[in-house]
Amino acid sequence: MTYTKRVDGRKIEELRPMEAKAGVVKNANGSASFKIGKTWAIAGVYGPREVVPRFMANPRHGILRCHYTMMPFSGSGERIKPGRSRRAQEISMVMEQALAPVIDLSAFPNSVVDIYVELPQTDAGTRCAAISAACMALADAGIPMKDMVSSVAVGQVDGMVVADLNYNEESYPAIVSDIPVAMLHNSKEISLLQMDGEISKEDLLKALELAKVATEKVYQLQVKALKEKYALNNEEN
Amino acid sequence: MIVNKETIAELAKENKRLDNRALTEFRQPILVETNISWTAEGSARVQIGETVVMAGVKLSLEKPYNDTPDEGGIMVNAELSPIASPEFESGPPSIKAVELARVVDRGIREAKAIDLKKLCLVPGEKAWFVIVDIISLNDGGNLLDVAGMAALAALKTARFPVVDPETGAIDYKQKTDKSLPLTKEPLPITIYKVNGVLLVDPTNEEEKAYEARLTVGSDAKGTISALQKGGEVPLSITEIGKMVDLALEKASFLRKELNKALKA
Repeated sequence: MTYTKRVDGRKIEELRPMEAKAGVVKNANGSASFKIGKTWAIAGVYGPREVVPRFMANPRHGILRCHYTMMPFSGSGERIKPGRSRRAQEISMVMEQALAPVIDLSAFPNSVVDIYVELPQTDAGTRCAAISAACMALADAGIPMKDMVSSVAVGQVDGMVVADLNYNEESYPAIVSDIPVAMLHNSKEISLLQMDGEISKEDLLKALELAKVATEKVYQLQVKALKEKYALNNEEN
Repeated sequence: MIVNKETIAELAKENKRLDNRALTEFRQPILVETNISWTAEGSARVQIGETVVMAGVKLSLEKPYNDTPDEGGIMVNAELSPIASPEFESGPPSIKAVELARVVDRGIREAKAIDLKKLCLVPGEKAWFVIVDIISLNDGGNLLDVAGMAALAALKTARFPVVDPETGAIDYKQKTDKSLPLTKEPLPITIYKVNGVLLVDPTNEEEKAYEARLTVGSDAKGTISALQKGGEVPLSITEIGKMVDLALEKASFLRKELNKALKA
């Protein structure tokens, strides 16, 4: 069975329908909601604030901490036990590394910027949605930034290079590769790169080129949502 | 946060509040959105004022407990996610989260709101277990009442998943149209005593200025199924009577709001 048409009828570079909104958590310094297909991430930023525990503090610059959490009912199978899994810890770490290149915390020594991401429902691409939401939340919080990070998965399903795999594609019975990518908008540099599955070098490079097109669409939406929030609130602020 | 405890206390004596509400008035808006999560068997987002909570129901098939071989089970868990407040921390559930979950749990369990016998498929072998997870998204005060409303909304909208008749495996991606055997609609309401005066639905600030509080879980008939007194100031029996009256009245108000939203 060769994969000639995507399971949900999308074009190869077509992303699932997206929705984004900035300013969704009142108490947070910045926040955003990002939906792609049936995957939904809500990010809230607190800080810069004092670091607890103290030994983590850096006297030269502020630090960034990400906390990725799937709600217990957000998996497509059984309930997920609360508490930080190995998977959640790893994703939190790669999120920090994906976002670190664009933020400048040199003015905030001994401080921390915490980003909490909660996912009420998921269907593949959760770390990418989490990063895209987190980046919007950082911008909403007014953290000094030199670029935006936009994230989406690319990959290859039975020889076809595609953007934004859904769960049915990830689990397609053939050789599949799923490559979550985060890209800096201005430099087109890549700050998140992981892969599950198998792929040739040629297809990998093709997939990464496709990631440029795909992340650009995410970027456009992120910026639009941020502008919408500040346009609406112009009079209050 | 700067809490002006004295102002809150003085205002209460004059039947006033910082946000100009009446003492027994809930904040607006009161919003209930259901089926917010396709992965949960039932789910809801409830907002009262600035407080936002999500709740989701997951069902699983387990072996019944030895002392109740013909019954399924229910459990309520709460995560006070640090996304909701600068005062919440990552890590194992705080005592506040544990208390919240246990009081909401008691209100549902002790009311026998779910007919646990109807959850049993094969006595001693297989029964449905219901887990309600409550996640705070923004703590603007009175999380417990909002959480209780979200839990009930999620339970009311839950649908059983399809079970393969041969293998007995659950297909979580397909739902039947069968809902939970919910026989009652318990809701917890917390009454706060501030400077000797009773008020409901406190903001974060008012929550820090109280002397005592009493959470009352009750169903549509006014039967009480959970009580929890908090705070270090004791209450007189007369006060408790007044607090229960007010809690029953407010539970009936929120139940109407909930059912109105579910019908829309």
